Amino acid sequence: MDSRNSINSPTIFNITTKVFWLAAVLIVLAGWIASSTIPAFKEFPEEWIFPLKDYIDRFFEWIVYEVKFFVGTFAEFKPTDITRGFVAVMKFPLEFTESLFFNGFGKILPPLPWITVVALAFLLGYWIAGLRTSLIAGFSFLYLALFGVWKASMETFALVIITVPFVFSLGVILGIWISKSARVERFWTPVFSIMQSMPPFAYFVPIVVLYGVGDAPAMIATAVFAVPPVARSVFLGLKSVPNDVIEAGLMMGVTPRQLLWRVQLPTARNTILVGLNQGIMMTLAMIVLASLIGASGLGSKLLTSLQGLKIGQAIEQGIAIVVIAVALDQLSQAYANKPPVYKDRTLPWIKQHPYLSIAGAILLVTFIIAYFVPEAQVLPRKLTITTRKFWNGSVEWIDDTLYDTVQPFRNFMLLKILIPVRDFCRAIPWPTLVLLVGLLGYRFGGYKIAISGALMILFPAIMGLWTPTMTTVYMVSLSTCICVVSGFLIGLLSAKNKLLGKISIGFCNFFQTFPSFIYLIPVLMLFKVSDLSAILAMLLFAVTPMIRYTILGLNNVSSNIIESSRQMGTTSWQRLLKVELPIALPEIMLGINQVIFYSLFMVAIASLIGTQDLGAVINGARSGNKVGQALIAGFCIAFLGIASDRIIMAWTKLKKDKLGIRE
Amino acid sequence: MKIKNTTALQLILASALLSTPFVSSAEDSSDVIKVIDNNWSSQKVLARVAGALLEKIGRDVEIVPADTQGQFAAMGTGDLHLQMEVWEGSMAASFSKEVDAGRMADAGSHTATTREDWWYPNYVEEICPGLPDYKALNDCAEKLSVPETAPNARYLAGPVDWHPEDVERIKALGLNVTIVNAGSADALFGELKSAAKRKEPIILFNWAPNWVGAAYPGKFIEFPRRDDENKCVTDPSWGVNPDMANDCGAAVGGYLKKGVWSDFSKTWPCAYKLVENMDFTGEMIDAAAALVDVDGLDHDEAAEAWIESNQDIVDSWMPECSK
Repeated sequence: MDSRNSINSPTIFNITTKVFWLAAVLIVLAGWIASSTIPAFKEFPEEWIFPLKDYIDRFFEWIVYEVKFFVGTFAEFKPTDITRGFVAVMKFPLEFTESLFFNGFGKILPPLPWITVVALAFLLGYWIAGLRTSLIAGFSFLYLALFGVWKASMETFALVIITVPFVFSLGVILGIWISKSARVERFWTPVFSIMQSMPPFAYFVPIVVLYGVGDAPAMIATAVFAVPPVARSVFLGLKSVPNDVIEAGLMMGVTPRQLLWRVQLPTARNTILVGLNQGIMMTLAMIVLASLIGASGLGSKLLTSLQGLKIGQAIEQGIAIVVIAVALDQLSQAYANKPPVYKDRTLPWIKQHPYLSIAGAILLVTFIIAYFVPEAQVLPRKLTITTRKFWNGSVEWIDDTLYDTVQPFRNFMLLKILIPVRDFCRAIPWPTLVLLVGLLGYRFGGYKIAISGALMILFPAIMGLWTPTMTTVYMVSLSTCICVVSGFLIGLLSAKNKLLGKISIGFCNFFQTFPSFIYLIPVLMLFKVSDLSAILAMLLFAVTPMIRYTILGLNNVSSNIIESSRQMGTTSWQRLLKVELPIALPEIMLGINQVIFYSLFMVAIASLIGTQDLGAVINGARSGNKVGQALIAGFCIAFLGIASDRIIMAWTKLKKDKLGIRE
Repeated sequence: MKIKNTTALQLILASALLSTPFVSSAEDSSDVIKVIDNNWSSQKVLARVAGALLEKIGRDVEIVPADTQGQFAAMGTGDLHLQMEVWEGSMAASFSKEVDAGRMADAGSHTATTREDWWYPNYVEEICPGLPDYKALNDCAEKLSVPETAPNARYLAGPVDWHPEDVERIKALGLNVTIVNAGSADALFGELKSAAKRKEPIILFNWAPNWVGAAYPGKFIEFPRRDDENKCVTDPSWGVNPDMANDCGAAVGGYLKKGVWSDFSKTWPCAYKLVENMDFTGEMIDAAAALVDVDGLDHDEAAEAWIESNQDIVDSWMPECSK
């Protein structure tokens, strides 16, 4: 019997629920007994491990150092010639922005002086959306200049200004392509999931051997990570264009191309803009990681500060990254919403293009100023402001005041909760977990989800990474639990209170781009190297989607429904529990789903504190250049995310069907 | 494609060259030399000193950030060309993998030697007076413990793959110690900073030369000294424990090498001579790092200042072919 049909009829629903519970209990019991008698059930036998990682290593050795095509002819080439050729092409735009923002053009022309960039930022903001945007953009760049991070910021900016359009256009192209055919969609959906949930550390080694190091390979690594959310938004936007709109377009006799560019894309604009926002956020979130493969700028400066434990300096550099993200995000969003301006062609050129003319004037004047006043070209260090002392002081203060208080908490959490949960997770026999995941998948989504879920959980066992994977499961599930509870509560309060809502969204935006490397240090100064520190470091980043989606879900409940429930005489508690939350449930579930992905993303970074999970396996693989090991561990993390994603989504769909909500 | 074909040609020529004496008058290529920039002060200053000297003999140089993990693959493919600090303790495995595959070359050792081992800040001796002798670890195991390791002492090690022999060393020497692996250098010294402020006992992994030694004076724990033939590792019967290997400390005078891309010497023969000649002593490295960590210069300024104050040494490194 199809489990989905049973939901609609209450009696069968109860019976099947009981059957499923019974099956679950049986699996647990059988697994327990079997694992205590048969050793192969307790620990995955070593001779069953499939040496995929060795094959991958072999493959990379071959493709990078050995294979050649058309040997002896003029067309002889190696696979790396193609990847390197690609990098060479990408270098052209990069070299231009590098010259523009910090290198200068040979000896002839200096790079843009800081006063030019700041003045142009004010002007650009004003042209796009008036005073508010002008102030945001202008002061952002002023911050970069005044706080002595100008050069590094410009290095980062030169990279970002090329990467964001690259990521966005790739995302748009892929999104359009996917929306054209269901078969293409079926191929790309899982690929996107893997790209998004695999920690970037895992594919750094292959990227380095194929594409080398530097800004261009960093761009490619960023694209792997940042293109999927853009493509997904574009796809979602195009899908949600109402049929009547398309019909209307067709009736007017548009060509397919016009239909796409003039009808579908403009209609889907809002969803696509969410994609652009995500593209920018993800690109900036990768800045620090990208410095590990040769991107110069704020990321590499920040890691150097941290290595010397200069927290204040690192915080300043981290804020500079956030500032760039905010400026770019505000400008691009405002630009996309800018109404078209109609020009009077009879006017002289200057009057037709007032902003362009002012920009030209600014360029001329500031360059002249900078020529005579060197301080206007690059602000000397003695004129810059620094907040380092303040940040250092704050971190010290937190450390001094809280240290003694948190020690009992630390010891309690570690000894009474974390270590027992870890030992429990590691003790689960592998066949038990595989079968349970399969059962859960079947219950919510039928046999397809059951089989794919079970296989994805089996994968780490076959690869010989069962223990680190279960350690990851333990860390991620604890982090998810804490994030879901706290994020839900914050989101709930924020949805009810406008001011709090604004603060919460600001918090989310900040911690999505603020490099998580920075708070690793204060956390471990308080909690020492331990799993607790690693989990705490995950929280600030992983809680953000929960807050966001809870607010979104509650705000989306239509006012008609609230009004009618009010007329039925419900108290506000009843309304929340019986009306608003059930309707907001799909969004809230999406939030939980994202919390899992964000926690998995943090696994690799938190392992820099010191863990024994898949993140540590990946870091170990990086230091030995073991491509296979890094990729396999990355896949294990990705599969954990995808398996839970599929099950949660199937469950949400069930709930939606039950509530009668259809997309 | 064209460039790659010339590389192939160079390889053939190179194999021919191997049988003939090295000709130093060969012209250096005009390609940019990419020098690796890691994330600690001494390496950063040394990289910039090397960069400045290479520019002095007419080469174009680019300083490229890379992390200690990915850099060897990149040098193997010829994307990066020079690393001024190859540490024996933490990098030997990756380095020799590339050298053995013929993709990287060893451009000689610095006079400076390195040491990487268990270490403690001096105040720990007040808590555990038997230190630096390793036997004291067992005597004060309780005092050096934290709740999750008690009654064993806690040793804060680097990432698991840095010194995998620690596990066996603990068994071989019968130590009541539990290893807690930090995931990065930042984690190690972040915790040291916190512990030192409160004079809490801590035993952790450290290395010299390192800025940490200047900020927090301390000592390495003295384990049974490793023998020169490395029998301690290869022969279980050697040492205090006749049944197990690894019953000794890490090498006291580990190498600090300069590592280059395998084709470096053919592409820039004169520059290669210069790299070979560059030789830093421990004091020179400390002084270079202190310019940044103590005097507060940025890394470029520090390199300039270092060259200025060590002009004679720098002149003595300049090869014949550059004059």
